[in-house]
Amino acid sequence: MKPAAFKYFRPDTLEEVLSLLAEHGAEARILAGGQSLVPLMNMRILSPAVLIDINRCRDLAYLREEGGMVACGALTRQGEAETSALVADRLPLLAAAMPHVGVRANRNFGTVCGSLAHADPLGELPSVATALEARFVIASARGRREVDAEEFFVSALTNCLEPDEMLAEVRLPVAAAGGKSVFLEIANRAHGFAVAGLAALVEFDAGGRCSRARLSAMGAGDTTARLRTVEALLEGGTLDDAVIREAGAAATKAAEPSDDVHASAAYRAHVTGSLVRKALRQMLGNGEQGR
Amino acid sequence: MTLILRARFFPPLRCGTDGEDPVMSPEKITVRMTVNGKAYVRDVEPRYLLADFLRHELYLTGTHIGCEHGVCGACTVLINGKTGRSCLQFAVALDGAEITTVEGIAGDGPLHPVQEAFHQAHALQCGYCTPGFLLTTIEFLGQNPDPDRDEIRQALTNNMCRCTGYLNIIDAVEDAAGRLRAKGGEA
Repeated sequence: MKPAAFKYFRPDTLEEVLSLLAEHGAEARILAGGQSLVPLMNMRILSPAVLIDINRCRDLAYLREEGGMVACGALTRQGEAETSALVADRLPLLAAAMPHVGVRANRNFGTVCGSLAHADPLGELPSVATALEARFVIASARGRREVDAEEFFVSALTNCLEPDEMLAEVRLPVAAAGGKSVFLEIANRAHGFAVAGLAALVEFDAGGRCSRARLSAMGAGDTTARLRTVEALLEGGTLDDAVIREAGAAATKAAEPSDDVHASAAYRAHVTGSLVRKALRQMLGNGEQGR
Repeated sequence: MTLILRARFFPPLRCGTDGEDPVMSPEKITVRMTVNGKAYVRDVEPRYLLADFLRHELYLTGTHIGCEHGVCGACTVLINGKTGRSCLQFAVALDGAEITTVEGIAGDGPLHPVQEAFHQAHALQCGYCTPGFLLTTIEFLGQNPDPDRDEIRQALTNNMCRCTGYLNIIDAVEDAAGRLRAKGGEA
């Protein structure tokens, strides 16, 4: 339960970080908040030969609105996002999910980008980023590139980064006027590891019809994939009880969860359907009936 | 103590035979840290966790180690005023940081109001988790001086207790809030 030895670097700028990554590649890991990385190192699931600590790169800690997106830097703490007025105003789905991310002591240090890079299919932030159709800004000494959530999350705990690349920024689209966001999560213990969860975003046109639906389920597959069959079912129609029931059934069918010590796959699929119904009912303003 | 002596004075074992995963790294880095108001300078390996640094280098054994992967909260300390898992922090990464452990909350004086409230409410049994609960409570009541019981329950998800149960701890936090407010009123 102690980490293996590693070589430690503490650069001050992104350029130095990228040059160290170019030099050490797959041997190296980025240390930001360490709330996902260090447990894996303590258990020796991961033994990187090199750690590149980015905590001195203060320029990487920011939340700012640019061109209809909120840009969040690699060193922005989860706790900062949780209390940010910009996030509360522009990203209600992220604001709703933040209190579910770990516990206070984790959020004080853990970063938004770190949690995304960890790519846990049961993670809240990957699910939110997927539902929001976030853009991932990837940097290396070779340059920058941008990918979407579905390209970024490859499978459980696997992202699309090459060994010399890092997630430098995530760009989250600002919520549209008239859109409704709901984040729900089920865990065996309050703030324990999630059994299932859902990030849902639905936009309505002037006539009250659903114009755009984005739903991403946690723990329903190898990644936090979108529930496309549910989205297709909702878009263009009116949210009523029959549609909501149908959407719940479609979500249970679409979910491909796995068994683990916390819950069975069948239970997770069932809960995914329940969460979809509950989220949609909350959007209609009668969340109390959301069972 | 036997384990500590072994670790400090006996040559380390090596894992495997290929020599690629040495238990100890020869390279040490100088760390300067202020712990409970006192400045320390130590040379430590990069892989040294803050929890081990506090316990084995500074002999501040009030910080307890439970799960060692950030779940249980027993090793919670204040790092620059914020609660953090000391088992998830490398000491070298905290060069220049200010740390408060359970030894530092009351100083040499009587108990801290939160400690007094835990004592009065019988909010501990074996006491292993208590240092973590105390520091979580101090941070929480600093941010929310007059919480309701539901907010207290939410805040206490930071820590696990496996013997007393949580009801007495919730009572203690409620009582501690009153004590701190009264103290603030006097000042």
